[in-house]
This record gives sequence, C-alpha cells and structure tokens, in this order.
Amino acid sequence: MGYQARFRVWRGDDTGGDLADFTVEVNEGEVVLDIVHRIQATQAPDLAVRWNCKAGKCGSCSAEINGRPRLLCMTRMSTFGESEVVTVTPLRTFPVVRDLVTDVSFNYVKAREMPAFAPPPGLAPGEYRMQQVDVERSQEFRKCIECFLCQNTCHVVRDHEENKEEFAGPRYFIRAAELDMHPLDARDDRREYAQAEQGLGLCNITKCCTEVCPEHIKITDNAIIPMKERVVDRRYDPLVWLGNKIGRRG
Amino acid sequence: MSPVERHEFDVVVIGAGGAGLRAAIAAREAGKRVAIICKSLFGKAHTVMAEGGAAAAMGNVNSADNWQVHFRDTMRGGKFLNNWRMAELHAKEAPDRVWELETYGALFDRTPDGRISQRNFGGHEYPRLAHVGDRTGLELIRTLQQKIVSLQQDDGDDENLKVFAEVTVTRLLKDGDRIAGAFGYRRQTGEFLVFDAPAVVLATGGIGKSYKVTSNSWEYTGDGHALALAAGATLLNMEFVQFHPTGMVWPPSVKGILVTESVRGDGGVLRNTEGKRFMFEYIPDVFKDKYATSEEEGDRWYDDQANNRRPPELLPRDEVARAINSEVKAGRGTPHGGVFLDVSTRLPAAEITRRLPSMYHQFKELADVDITAEPMEVGPTAHYVMGGVEVDPDTAAATVPGLFAAGEVSGGMHGSNRLGGNSLSDLLVFGRRAGLGAASYLDSLAARPVVAEADVAEATTAALAPFDRAAGENPFALQGELQQTMHDLVGIIRTAEEMEQALDRLTDLRKRAAAAGAGGGRVFNPGWHVALDLVNLLLISECIARSALERQESRGGHTRDDFPAMSAEWRQENLICALPAPGTEVQLRRQPLPAMPRELLDLFDRDELAKYMTDEEL
Repeated sequence: MGYQARFRVWRGDDTGGDLADFTVEVNEGEVVLDIVHRIQATQAPDLAVRWNCKAGKCGSCSAEINGRPRLLCMTRMSTFGESEVVTVTPLRTFPVVRDLVTDVSFNYVKAREMPAFAPPPGLAPGEYRMQQVDVERSQEFRKCIECFLCQNTCHVVRDHEENKEEFAGPRYFIRAAELDMHPLDARDDRREYAQAEQGLGLCNITKCCTEVCPEHIKITDNAIIPMKERVVDRRYDPLVWLGNKIGRRG
Repeated sequence: MSPVERHEFDVVVIGAGGAGLRAAIAAREAGKRVAIICKSLFGKAHTVMAEGGAAAAMGNVNSADNWQVHFRDTMRGGKFLNNWRMAELHAKEAPDRVWELETYGALFDRTPDGRISQRNFGGHEYPRLAHVGDRTGLELIRTLQQKIVSLQQDDGDDENLKVFAEVTVTRLLKDGDRIAGAFGYRRQTGEFLVFDAPAVVLATGGIGKSYKVTSNSWEYTGDGHALALAAGATLLNMEFVQFHPTGMVWPPSVKGILVTESVRGDGGVLRNTEGKRFMFEYIPDVFKDKYATSEEEGDRWYDDQANNRRPPELLPRDEVARAINSEVKAGRGTPHGGVFLDVSTRLPAAEITRRLPSMYHQFKELADVDITAEPMEVGPTAHYVMGGVEVDPDTAAATVPGLFAAGEVSGGMHGSNRLGGNSLSDLLVFGRRAGLGAASYLDSLAARPVVAEADVAEATTAALAPFDRAAGENPFALQGELQQTMHDLVGIIRTAEEMEQALDRLTDLRKRAAAAGAGGGRVFNPGWHVALDLVNLLLISECIARSALERQESRGGHTRDDFPAMSAEWRQENLICALPAPGTEVQLRRQPLPAMPRELLDLFDRDELAKYMTDEEL
C-alpha cells in the first residue's frame, strides 16, 4: 500500500537556508522519522536530524511538522492525506546547527542553574520512607523526556531572545514543582526561587506547553498554577502559608 | 592539518548512560577532574529505554530475598558461565547502589510501608526490581544526570566535571603500553578534539546496530568494544548476544522496539495462534523443578509464591526467545511473524495503564493497538551483548593500563545470558567501581603519560578519509547489508556453515567499507558518521561470528543447530578476542573460566551443579 509522498524539509545552517522538496516512498505504519531517514539513506546522506530511541522515550527528534512542535518518531504518516505536502522544519526557538538540528544548549544551562535535590539531613541511604500517593505528584513531572517542545513553543522565549536570560521555561518550572512536592527535599524555598530566579512571573498561563507535551504532563495546571498560587499565598497571607506547610507534611 | 581542540583531564569517561555517569560521579567524588563524553545529547543514552527496573535484593516485598539468592539466580540465568566474582559483587552491592539513588533525588514506586517497591521478573526467585512504572531507565538516567549537575554546583562551575555532548571518540591514544588519552570529533561542528588523560573509562553500551532487528538506537555500534580491541585490550565471550523475546513486530517501522518484560512480570502471558500458552512446552531440564507445570499453578504463584512455582513465561530471556522462534517456525505464529502477548485478559484496564503506562502509550500511538483490550504481537529482537571487554572484577580495569570498562561494554558479569533487571544494577555497581578503579590507578601513577602528536595526526587523517572518497559506496547501504548478514547468518539459531558464510561476507564488506564515501561538509553529517561507525561495527561483528563459530555448544545467548546440547567441558572455557595490530584479523584463543570458590559453590545443591559441571569439578 506504499505511496509517494511530497515532503518539504528545511535545509541550511546558521547562515540561512530554504525548504528542499523531496518525493519519497511511504509504507503502512510509518512515522515522519522513517520518511526523513529514507530521504537520508537514499537521497541526501548528509541530511542532519537527531534521533535515538524511535519510541517516544528519549526526546531527541523534536522538530516542527507543518508548523506544529512534534516528535518525529511519534507522528504517524496516517495522520496526513496522501496528497498532503508534509513540511518539516527545525525548532524555531533555538539556533539552527544544520537542517533539522538545533543548538539546545540553552536548556542545559538552565538545568545547571536549578538548585539540586537537597537530601534530608539525618536520613541514611535505605532509610527513606515515602507513600506512593505522595511520590505520584512529583513522578508526573519526572516523566519528562526533555524533548524541549514546551521550551520551544513557549511564547515568552519563542520570538523573544531578550527573555532567555531571565526565563527558565516550562521544563524547569516542572522541575521546581517536582522538588517542591518531593516528600523529602530539604529545601523549602522552591516557589520563591522560581519566582525570583526562574522568571515564573513571565508565564501568563496560555497552556501552549501543556498542549505540545508528548508525555501529556499537565504542566500548567499541575505545576505552574500551583506554584504561582502558593507564591501569592505565601507572600500575602502568612496563615495560608502555615496551613499549606502543615497540610503538605501531613 | 585541521585545528584540534585540546583538553586535559584526569579521567575521560566515554559514554553517558548509567555506567558512564555513575563512574564519573565516583571519580569526581574521589577528587579527580573528569570529562564525560556523550555520543548524543546529555540524558539521551540508551539507559533511558530500560523499562522494567533495577534488580537488588533489598527484600522489601519478600523478606526471604538476600544477596545469596540473587547471586544464585544470576549464575543460573548465565548458565554458570558468569565471572563468579562479578556476580558476587553485583548481588552484594546492588541494594546500596539503589538506595544511594534516593539520596540523589530518585522517586521509585513504593510499598505500602513506604519503602521501595519491587516487581517480579524473569529468572528472579523473588520480587526484586526497584522500578518506576515501566520507565525505570528514564528515572535512573535523569537522577544521575541531576547528580552530575549537583556536583558541578558544589564545585561552583563545570571545569572539574565537564560534559561533552555529541562527541564521538574514534581512537584511544597511548604512551607505550599505557593509556594517554582519546581522540574524537564534535558532531555539531565536525571539529576534532584531543583529550589528554591517563585514565579512560569505557561505558559505551552495546552492539545492537550489527543486527537488522534490534531494540538499540543508531549509537550502539560497538564503539567501546572496538576502541578497546584497537588499543590492545581483550574481549570476552562475544558470541553471547541476547535476543529479547518481546520486541514489537508490527508495523514494520517499529519492528524491534522493546516491549518490557514487566508485561509478563505483572501477569501477561504468551499464546500462539492456536490460543495455547506454549511456554509450558519449553521448560528446559535445568529448570524443570522451578517452574509451574500447569496454568493453574502458574496463576496462583502471583498471589502465593511460597506454595507455587512461577509460570514459564518468566523463564530467562534466552529460553523464551528460542521458544517464540520455534513457534513461529512451526507455523503457529501471527501473520506478522510473532506470537501474542496478552495482558488484557489478565488485569483490569486501569491496573494495566497504571503499571505499564509507557507500553500502553507505545502500542496506542505506534500500532493502533489498545493493550487493555487486545493482545500485542511480539517477537525476538537483538537487545544486549553479554560479551565485552575483559576486566578485573574489583576495579573494572581492562588488560591495558589506564583503561577501564563498565556496563554493557564489559564482559563476564552475565555469563551466557543476562537476567532482566540485572543491567541497571550492573551499571550502578560496576560504574562506581570503574570510577574508583580509575581514581586509584591515577594515585599510583608516577608520571603522566604523554599523547604523541604523530598519533593525533594519524587519527585525524583516518577520520577525514571518507571525504576523500565522496564518490565511494553509500555507507547506509553497507550498514544495511551488514545488518542483514548478521541477522540471517549469526542470529538466534546458528550453524557452522552459515557462520563461515557470514565471515566471508564480512571480509568483503570490510573491503567495501574501506572505500565508503561521505559527501557534504563536516557539520552534523550523518553519512560521514555512519562511514566511521561502520569500521567498529564490522570489527565487532567479526568477533561475534568468529567466537560463535568456535564455541561448539548451545548455551544462553548462543544456540547452535549443529551442537544443540550444553557442554560441561565448554563451560570451563572463555573465548578471548584480541587484535594483534590494526587492520589485522581478529585472533581467538581459549582461556579457562575462573573457578568458583567453595563458599559460593555451597550455595547450590550438588544435583543442580551436576547439570552444568564436569565430574572432576564436582
């Protein structure tokens, strides 16, 4: 049932580039990454694309398909009509290295700025005790595969290079929330830190990050909004703060 | 000559999966300056694909578990070809390594009393795998990645623990007999780097890309194995390749992608197209008294392990893979060449999505299959190589001074077949030991070895050679032919005649690969990268084929149609590969397997040992 599909793939580097047209075979069950690989193996061996697991688990093959941030390995060709032109372009928020590969080092810089897990004093390895229901809230955020689609789609930085310095982005807001909700993390300033150092205040909860998350993490509802609310509570109402603190530990 | 970026470190860790990151942590904590080299981006290594869990006898779910039981299971799984000392260290230290991860911030699933939960897995007598749903590998790599960041924060910068993302090492550099550093290129720029470092830890993972159907990604081209060989180190028992019994078989584009053993650990069963749970027909003699003989008993075992035996779906992977292979060959396979793996009739839908969320997601998105309502189609996929760099068990030192290896790239720990769950624990235990081994080697070193400029020049010329042959053969096509050859001729079931054919084809492919070309420039050019990786793949494929031809018995991940029995004489032999000089043929020799000491032998019944050992040994 194979057919010939029309693909437009952005080719170029940091000095510029353009969409290149390819006509390429598509077979049943294939995903966009298969087609990009077929172009690479048969028509353009130097076509640059990142990928690893090909199963939506490593978050390497992020790109934009018909303008939407997607994982190439999880976008099935059956979602397009046979006559539809499929356009594949690199992530727009990060500098292009070549073709579909971008320089995502911004994210690793932000990761290094994020204060690490603080082990609880007085507990030796093997003595940690936590309830499943309490770890599940943080586990949702630890599903993150670091595909950086949320970072790419966030309008705070998507067309605003000037915000990158002070804005860590959704991926690191969920990291902050994860540590804030970690039953044994010894630091208690994760929310204030997110507000003061990570640029949480710049987010105006348009939920674009949640929409593109391939792991379906409720970034806005379960991480960003609770972090914002609690920062507000704690700033203006010491009693709510105390209540939250006790409730959280209970 | 091209400009070359220079770096000086104490330890260079090649590979940023679990073993590499754990080694880097250990070496940095011992005060050494460490470089971590990732072939991909930081945090994307194949450890991320591990699903089931990390095996460690913590005894949280069944308190009867302890290191001795884990040791026994590991030796049985490897059909007693394991290096006993590695298996012992692994079983003893795994719990500490898992608990340590919690101090780095890991969040495993919990037992009702708040400890780390443990799940059942093939070949493990008790529930033993610490896990996070079916995404344990992701948790492990992210935890280690975040620990690296934490150590960088303690230092105030990353000068003492630096990550080099998207760098591929093509050569180890030596000063006389000793390691002096490593040479590689940056994918993003095509520029070359030289690391001056007296100690190198190989943690490059496996060789999956030698095979057509594999669970491994593009990275797994046997780089560490090949670098070690070229540097004068030895490889052990390369014939043992694990075919994971359950890879996806449909649609073709996802063929080979892993379906976690947790499906079976949590109650999933294998059926042929006649609807029969065929694994009951495939319980081998050595395991006869340890597995259920009826479906009823197997089903009772999930709730009452003290009074029932485990279902045969939970036999070690080599047994299950061969059984599936036989069913398909006998015409009882699905139209897509697999068998059915069904959990939909065994657990409520909500429980399936809770325990196996990423499997649910994977089948739904990639195959339009709802695993809570219908069975999966699965078949064997090349997954893991038990063979690898010959190392000292305690220090992970290879036979070349300054060279260390840990994780999949090292050999011996798993014998002829690895148990599921023993890989994540292996890379923690021996990753740490390799980091410590490298640190103490440095402390004992009188003078720092020096990189010879002539070697750098030669490595540069070799790396650029594919560009001189822009019109040469397409490296992707050559890689495809190699994978087909290994798949067809050195696969799950092997014969002498086929392997001899494979060796002839490999010789031909080696000649053609030497003429493979790359067009385009040096910036992120996959054609160039594949042309360079091919050299490693061909060398390692030759090691696998030669060793497999030599070993005239069937054991674990090596099944000979022409020698179907396991041989007690062959159990005493390790097969060692060495490369006398670059470009020469791989040399093979036999070397006696170290004998297990009395106190470990005493952990087994004499009757059981008699199934594996010669009369003199007993």
